[in-house]
Amino acid sequence: MSVPGRVVSISGLTKSFKTGVTALQEIDLDIRPGEFVSLIGPSGCGKSTLLRIVGDLVQPTSGTVLVNGKTAHRARLDHDYGIVFQDSVLYDWRTVSRNVSLPLEMLGWSRARRKERVREMLELVELTGFESNRPWQLSGGMQQRVSIARALSFDPALLLMDEPFGALDEMTRERLNMELLRIWEKAASTIVFVTHSIPEAVFLSTRVVVMSARPGRIADVVAVDLPQPRGAETREQPRFFELVTAVREALAAGGRGQPAPTLPAGTEERY
Amino acid sequence: MEPVPPGVVRAIGGRFVDWLPALAVFALGLALWQGLTTAFNVQTFLLPKPTDIATAFWNDRGTLWDYGLYTLKEAAGGFAMGCSAGILVALLLARFRGLGLALLPFAIAANAIPIIAFAPITNNWFGLLNPVSKMVIAAVLCFFPTMINTLRGLTSVHPSSIELMRSYGGGELAVFRRVRIPNALPFMFTGLKVSAVLSMIGAIVGEYFGGPTNALGVSILNDSQLFDFPRAWAGIMLASAFGIAFYAAVSVAERLTTSWHPSARTFRSE
Ligand SMILES: Nc1ncnc2c1ncn2[C@@H]1O[C@H](COP(=O)(O)OP(=O)(O)OP(=O)(O)O)[C@@H](O)[C@H]1O
Ligand SMILES: [Mg+2]
Repeated sequence: MSVPGRVVSISGLTKSFKTGVTALQEIDLDIRPGEFVSLIGPSGCGKSTLLRIVGDLVQPTSGTVLVNGKTAHRARLDHDYGIVFQDSVLYDWRTVSRNVSLPLEMLGWSRARRKERVREMLELVELTGFESNRPWQLSGGMQQRVSIARALSFDPALLLMDEPFGALDEMTRERLNMELLRIWEKAASTIVFVTHSIPEAVFLSTRVVVMSARPGRIADVVAVDLPQPRGAETREQPRFFELVTAVREALAAGGRGQPAPTLPAGTEERY
Repeated sequence: MEPVPPGVVRAIGGRFVDWLPALAVFALGLALWQGLTTAFNVQTFLLPKPTDIATAFWNDRGTLWDYGLYTLKEAAGGFAMGCSAGILVALLLARFRGLGLALLPFAIAANAIPIIAFAPITNNWFGLLNPVSKMVIAAVLCFFPTMINTLRGLTSVHPSSIELMRSYGGGELAVFRRVRIPNALPFMFTGLKVSAVLSMIGAIVGEYFGGPTNALGVSILNDSQLFDFPRAWAGIMLASAFGIAFYAAVSVAERLTTSWHPSARTFRSE
């Protein structure tokens, strides 16, 4: 039942934990190749859980998840995922550069190729000079940048990013937003991105999926029709503010557990 | 292997200044011991003066040193046997949780047994003069602390560390090789350091129940039965020195292999 032209195809997905919490209920979501989809919603609405299910790290209670037409399990074994976890998850027993080269080692890259790529990635996240440091010698934001470098290092088909920029200052955050867009365009990858920041979601995404809490459902999907490529001026366009408002209202409506009000033009695909 | 970070060399050598307080306490202790035994005219069979012990050691240094080495070899043999068995069992128990649930209660119960009490039995099994009889006692003493600490290290892994491995398609082997085993190293060394001390105790006590005359434990026992207390004390001091040296050697190995650990930060934050 694979849907052609879909990187991710989720249907009827429900997840209940043993504790009795229903984290996700009846989620349907299709993601096309090259899309940048943001998940936004109140804390505890199941964004991380949804990402974990797509990444085959958590099993759904019911429903199906297909990735590139394969089961999520097969996709995981095929190294289709680059995941940036909410906490950076670095190994203390590895230096910064060896943390970044970890997926490359597992893919069997040669030492020379790994070295070159690690250098490139550390330059990208501006951590040149910290190669031989240990993770615990870095600040939280620096640690998160290492984990971003690691996830990007092997050009995965699907990037799953769980609040990757949450721990960063505004300047670094905006710069890495730009870098992420550049990488996304260049590598033609597909990104699922969890964030708590409405402007960030609108700025980065082609679609913003708004979730409601308890149980987690998709309250609304806002298509972002801002022109590509995006840059500093994108944030100043009237359309940008309209979309920010649309997402904010969808969030507020979802939070009240009521159907979302009619949304401005450019909004589509409810549920 | 990674290159040894520069801080490590200093951590092993230690700055002389760092050792000054300990050395001062040691010297003060010796001086007090000497002063009090002289002032109160303490009988030699109760507590010999440090100078008497030193003289006894010096007069017989070659022989005592050889006895000490013999016992140290027994301890090291037992340490190697017991610790490798402990690490192996920990790996098995961490890999097969069911096995762990079935066996761990027995291992914990067995740990409560005063193992030293078995020394006469192992002497009987392997022969009084056979070093293996002492090694086995030392090995049994080393097994549990190494096993339980290593097991804790293998299992106390942050779940997201394992999720990361899985997200790269890594299986159980990758999780062990790249996460569980490196995570277990600091824990394992805690067990190994305890074991280094226990192995020396095991060997000496094993020898108290009988052994060849060139063993330090036998020598200490004989000397005290012949009322040559300064020489018996010299033997005890030597046994302690070897025990401390063994412990220090394991600590150096620990610093070399786990210099990455956050607890090492005091040694390398320059
Ligand atoms: N392993 C688990 N066992 C039981 N309940 C869980 C587990 N993981 C998550 N939950 C529950 O599922 C719900 C959704 O959690 P999740 O981490 O997906 O939220 P989130 O949207 O990512 O929140 P945040 O924005 O705060 O990160 C929460 O109520 C949480 O308590
Ligand atoms: Mg989360």
